[in-house]
Amino acid sequence: MSGHIHKDYTGAKFGMWLFLFTEVLLFGGLFILYSVYLARYPKEFISAGKELNVWFGGGNTLVLLTSSLFVAVSITALRRGAKRLCLGLLGGTIACAAIFMINKYFEWSAKIHHGIYPGSPHMKEMMPGEVTFFNLYYLTTGLHGIHVVIGGLILTWAMILIKSGRVNADDWVILENAGLYWHLVDLIWIFIFPLYYLILH
Amino acid sequence: MSEEHVHIVPYKTFLVIWLALLILTGITVAVAQFHFGAWNIWVALGIATLKSGLVVAVFMHMKYEDRLFRLALFSALAILAIFIGLTFVDVLYR
Amino acid sequence: MSDVTATATSDRGFFDEAKYSGIFGWIFSTDHKRIGLLYFWCIVAFFCIGVVLGLLIRLELFAPGETIMGPQAYNAAFTLHGVIMIFLFIIPGIPAAFGNLIMPIQIGARDVAFPKLNLFSWYLYITGAIMAVTSLFTGGGPPDTGWTFYVPFSAQTSTNVSLAAMAVFFLGFSSILTGLNFVTTVHRLRTTGMTWMRIPLFTWSLYATAWIQILATPVIGITVALLFAERVIGAGLFDPTQGGDPIMFQHLFWIYSHPAVYIMVLPGMGVVSDIIPVFARKPAFGYKAIVVSSLAIAFAGSLVWAHHMYTSGMSDMAVLIFSFLTFIVAIPSAIKVFNWLATLYQGSILLDPPLLYALSFILLFTIGGLTGLVLGAAATDIHVHDTYFVVGHFHFVMFGGTGMAFFAAMHYWLPKIYGRMYDKTVATVAWGVIFIGFCILYITMMVVGMQGMPRRYWDYLPEFTGLNQLATVGSWILAIGLILMFVNVFRGIFKGDPAGANPWGGASLEWQISSPPTMENFGEEDPVVTHGPYDFKKAGIL
Repeated sequence: MSGHIHKDYTGAKFGMWLFLFTEVLLFGGLFILYSVYLARYPKEFISAGKELNVWFGGGNTLVLLTSSLFVAVSITALRRGAKRLCLGLLGGTIACAAIFMINKYFEWSAKIHHGIYPGSPHMKEMMPGEVTFFNLYYLTTGLHGIHVVIGGLILTWAMILIKSGRVNADDWVILENAGLYWHLVDLIWIFIFPLYYLILH
Repeated sequence: MSEEHVHIVPYKTFLVIWLALLILTGITVAVAQFHFGAWNIWVALGIATLKSGLVVAVFMHMKYEDRLFRLALFSALAILAIFIGLTFVDVLYR
Repeated sequence: MSDVTATATSDRGFFDEAKYSGIFGWIFSTDHKRIGLLYFWCIVAFFCIGVVLGLLIRLELFAPGETIMGPQAYNAAFTLHGVIMIFLFIIPGIPAAFGNLIMPIQIGARDVAFPKLNLFSWYLYITGAIMAVTSLFTGGGPPDTGWTFYVPFSAQTSTNVSLAAMAVFFLGFSSILTGLNFVTTVHRLRTTGMTWMRIPLFTWSLYATAWIQILATPVIGITVALLFAERVIGAGLFDPTQGGDPIMFQHLFWIYSHPAVYIMVLPGMGVVSDIIPVFARKPAFGYKAIVVSSLAIAFAGSLVWAHHMYTSGMSDMAVLIFSFLTFIVAIPSAIKVFNWLATLYQGSILLDPPLLYALSFILLFTIGGLTGLVLGAAATDIHVHDTYFVVGHFHFVMFGGTGMAFFAAMHYWLPKIYGRMYDKTVATVAWGVIFIGFCILYITMMVVGMQGMPRRYWDYLPEFTGLNQLATVGSWILAIGLILMFVNVFRGIFKGDPAGANPWGGASLEWQISSPPTMENFGEEDPVVTHGPYDFKKAGIL
């Protein structure tokens, strides 16, 4: 154990998992609020949920699931020495992140165009429970969007390290941890999608 | 240390899991078209839990990690469940 | 632990081994001891600012009506006193300062698991601290909400709550990273022979604390972020006109802030658990029970948050259940107290300063804990809620508990880190003055609270004048004791006599290496542990 160059993979991964728990509990606060307000305003949540477009939500679900697949496969590729395949897959993941954000942009724009955004005059005329639903929707998907961007940046950084050879078939834990972060972004969305977009269609 | 040589997951496993995730997404969208009252949300959450279980176990390699990892994950989720559960002691009886 | 070979390259150990010169050797260093000292000095500085604010509050309350400041300034003063003491002193106090300094050595590690992340946490701490201080002078002036930031007032006040909320977010992030670093360190970096049941109780308490930091702190992060969102973009999840529920803010706030009470006090309990066996010259009584009670407190502390909310308007069912759960936390806390007393029983006790502070921890924390039961029982809480009784109670727990433990840790471990000893007589006198001032100040608060004086009020009824003046005099005595203590300790660690490697006769690993420790704590070979941390016979001390 006395070597200084020694890298503790289990330790590094464990630390990353601990960080992911903090992310789960960060979103957990929003899910607590969602559950409480859903219990209080079931009808309003359904009527407000109808405003959301399943195609945007469903499309983004497919994009994120696929990007998760790319990341998972890229780790196997790197460890088998297929560096170019790995880089290609990571590029694909980042492209997915971009598609996700572009989708999100159009989705939000459409909503804002219809006068649905926090503090808007149109929201003031809605039932209180519906306002709560949209506030939650904006804050939750907004926080998730920030995580998509951060995840994309982390994967870009991992790509640079792989290109330069600092992360390679023998030393891959940085990619593994970057991947773990990306999967978390996917996991959160797996719950956001049914709770916001599919609430009784 | 032998941990550098942990299991390399084959491509095929990932593809199978990805297909399963797509199918489950289809199911959750399809199920949402029917009205079960309050059960809709529980069915949706059940499918989402199943999906996230697949992602955690295979994509995130939890299946191949130490027992410590699973114990820690369980603790974190249990604490979140407690936070939600005890909040409802207030919300449901107000 | 005779296999340890302490090969000091110089008398000043790690102080002479820096990558960069001057201040850069500190702010770019990833050495856990240097980071620990960075934290220590910042924390002491903020503690002093907090004390000054506290003294000003007491001075204002010397007589009814305006004494030295107006109502708005008074609101800002108690808010800042709370924010600084809670987020900048008590929460990081023992884990970030002494945890960083001592914990890796105690388990035979050369550093924490993620040294760069450790330095990054300190930067986050400093960023948060600067933001908190900046919030005083920018925007609409210093926040006036109290450290709890309750909505709806915090969402509407024109003072600079937004920046203060973001400061709390950064400080929480810092705390999270320290926590995950410590958990990983304890799991992965224990040296050969350092089995789980040979870990010193201080490290055990930090381990339990770190889990709370990881699992509870994110909730305050999202809470203050939502408050920020309500203020800045008007998305009011706690705003009743938008269907929100202000009580949900209190739930989310206390889901973190009650466990945070254990983030504050568990490390203090660990310090006391480490000090008592050494100065009683006896192995810790009920080592396993203390370990289990630390973990039990960490868990049970997550179940009781709403006992801060009995009068908030939440359901009676919740009041009943949370009141019941609250009493459960008393059990592991009492287990610890009984184990400490049993360790002292028939020991050959050395009444050195670290033990004196540790003993005052036990007494004051016990009083704080027992008055906590008065507040935990819903029927009595209704009467004393938001009175000075509460203020007295939590100062017994936080200051009498964590504060005293921080001072005990200072007197116990700073001679190890700096290699020099303070004047023990002066330290003893200072302890006596602090103890007397403390009791006059906070017991009086409890009494005046029982008589009905509400907390956070700028003015009070004339019949409370006598007791308030007594409390203010107590605050002056306390301040004199603190000055005496700090001057003595700091003079000692810079100019005192050499302390030697093991001034107290401890058996855990940090006492087996040179004072100050060298850069990587241990020589070429990692230490091999062959006995428990309080096995003074096998360590050759008895």
